[in-house]
Amino acid sequence: MKKVLVGMSTCGLSAGSQKTYDRFGELLAGAPGSFELKSAGCIGMCYREPLVEVREGESRVVYGGVTPDVANTIFNEHIKGGRVVEEHVALRMEPGRELGGSEAPHQKNQVRIVLRNCGLIDPESLAEYEGTGGYQALRKALLEMKPDEIIKVVKDSGLRGRGGAGFPTGLKWSFAASQKSDVKYVVCNADEGDPGAFMDRSVLEGDPHSVIEGMVICGKAIGAHKGYIYCRAEYPMAIRRLTIALDAAREKGYLGTNILGSGFDFDITIKQGAGAFVCGEETALFQSIEGKRGMPRIRPPFPAEKGLWQKPTNNNNVETYANVPWILVNGAAAYAAYGTEKSRGTKVFALAGKVKNGGLAEVPMGMPINDLVFKIGGGIKEDRAFKAVQMGGPSGGCIPASLGHTPVDFESIPATGAIMGSGGMVVMDDQTCMVEMARFFLNFTQDESCGKCTFCRVGTLRMLEILTRITQGEGRPEDIDKLKALGAQIKEASLCGLGQTAPNPVLTTLKYFPEEYEAHIKDKRCPAASCTALVDFCIDPEKCTGCTVCAKNCPVDAIKGERKAVHVIDTSICAKCGKCVTVCTFGAVYKK
Amino acid sequence: MVTTAARDDSFNYRLWRYDGAPGELIPLLQSAQDHFGYIPRRAIGYISGVTGIPESEVYGVITFYSQFRLQPMGKYVIKACDGTACHVQNSRMIIDTIEDELGVEVNGTTEDGLFTLSTVACIGCCSLAPVMMINDDTHGRLSPQSVRKILREYRRREQAARAKDAASCGDRP
Repeated sequence: MKKVLVGMSTCGLSAGSQKTYDRFGELLAGAPGSFELKSAGCIGMCYREPLVEVREGESRVVYGGVTPDVANTIFNEHIKGGRVVEEHVALRMEPGRELGGSEAPHQKNQVRIVLRNCGLIDPESLAEYEGTGGYQALRKALLEMKPDEIIKVVKDSGLRGRGGAGFPTGLKWSFAASQKSDVKYVVCNADEGDPGAFMDRSVLEGDPHSVIEGMVICGKAIGAHKGYIYCRAEYPMAIRRLTIALDAAREKGYLGTNILGSGFDFDITIKQGAGAFVCGEETALFQSIEGKRGMPRIRPPFPAEKGLWQKPTNNNNVETYANVPWILVNGAAAYAAYGTEKSRGTKVFALAGKVKNGGLAEVPMGMPINDLVFKIGGGIKEDRAFKAVQMGGPSGGCIPASLGHTPVDFESIPATGAIMGSGGMVVMDDQTCMVEMARFFLNFTQDESCGKCTFCRVGTLRMLEILTRITQGEGRPEDIDKLKALGAQIKEASLCGLGQTAPNPVLTTLKYFPEEYEAHIKDKRCPAASCTALVDFCIDPEKCTGCTVCAKNCPVDAIKGERKAVHVIDTSICAKCGKCVTVCTFGAVYKK
Repeated sequence: MVTTAARDDSFNYRLWRYDGAPGELIPLLQSAQDHFGYIPRRAIGYISGVTGIPESEVYGVITFYSQFRLQPMGKYVIKACDGTACHVQNSRMIIDTIEDELGVEVNGTTEDGLFTLSTVACIGCCSLAPVMMINDDTHGRLSPQSVRKILREYRRREQAARAKDAASCGDRP
């Protein structure tokens, strides 16, 4: 029987997949037994949501942009008639045939290890996870391997922490394992706070069992019996699916006492974050689990020695744990075969911003930025000019298009001044103002600074004030030197990663785009026509229909024009409030 | 099963069951907020009384985390995303539009108590940017026009429901 899988992750749902799912439900009710209806996670092609897969045996057809109307067509043509609806096919996978469909180029360059099950299985079904070889690694680890053997495999695989810092995972595990203590903890950092990154959300929503399995294996390796998943509250769906997965794993005996008859006990609790970016820093995260304000503390002692509740703790992020079961089943060598010499394996990137194909992509480490943006991302929206890519969120930096050949790995990216981070890649085009971008990130870190270190608390505020006045056309010639000096001091004198990296977005844009800062300060001009105070609002005569809505709404009566005639903004009166942009139904108002 | 889970998460149950286990403060505050829609002054008193954590410390934790609110919220809480991806896709204009449509500023609540507007730094829907959440529903690929349409739809539905309520009350013998 044909199976219909509807992508029901947050990205799918916000594109309207619930309506699509409901339509298939109605169609199924009208023709009982004609197909099997399932929900699935995110396959990564967020730009083509809602996605629907029709599966029959080994043959799989993924349709993109499936509205309820398209669902009707698919039902009539494909499910009843057996004819594939070619015009909506995004991907076509058939045994013995090359990958087909409009999105084949997006998928071809990918290697899916972390995302191996995302979008392919029903994340709420343990049986489906088991059907793809799930919990085989756990069986192996608990029944056939000693803790040091597990650690050796993880070490040999070359896996490095996927949360951003890239610390070798096997080595980290060995530190926690070597501690003598009756109580140890395994913590999973699912507080994916970097704006622009959503890999962990997709894994938790699409394949929660892979993370649970990785954590239990880690527990066995370091001798811990208790795990915590610290998940941010902004991901309600991830928390819901994790809860279902944990219950199912407990019921099936993959969690609890005497797991699989091995005599090993382990259980996991979900802790919901409460909205604080700094809690992505491990010592702050522990404080938060302990019910306190999430403020980082000095290291050493490192978490392997004194972590959660002052006990030895191993903390990794979602993606790191999701790699572990695959490595144990397929072997360290198979994993190490991907990537570069020092950065082994694959990495999931979240492509967003001004890129055509926004979504998730898992590629071998070392792929050049250009390949990610153009081969997988499909290039820049509206075919505008590629200007820069922002990596590592507020802790990272902007890498200019001229360095697009840089391979993405733990050595090459930091050399540019940015960081790998957790894998968020926000692509920018010539309409993005780099000064405004730096101001945006500083605004974020300033807001999220926990306030413990003076340089981070006060220094970021001073930097923000300077950047704000530059974007408002009140920059002073000495501002650039001030920003550089403050940046260096904040990096030097902050305790945790948040403060140490907060100036990065400013310092990298100063390094690669100094002319933009100068244009703002000296010429009072925004080259990207983005900073409102430095641009003029205009009406495109081609688009304006003379509906008079903008003129009626203008608070200073700066817009003149007769009904059904092109309107004009008098820039000498215009207060640059932007109201006209928000009320125009034809998108005719633009900034120049 | 669902009812047991709901009870286990309820504020009163959690408070009653509290056994001195460390780390319970944040879950307690979260269930208080679920229960009341915000954290009222008296809930701080209950929590402090039961746990023995000084009220000042409870207040410190509340104000540290952006999730917690000390004021009542509207029936619909709008979280307009201003993460990086949304920001480069002009989320500022979306936020301006919501402010204009509702007549409130960020962190404000409309007079009829229907909407509270807040901003968040990324809800992880970056490829559908710009996005906003209204309660637990995510709306993606927004434009000023679609935002107004969505908000007016919520308003319209609410007014229809109120009219229906009023009508059914009138019918009562």
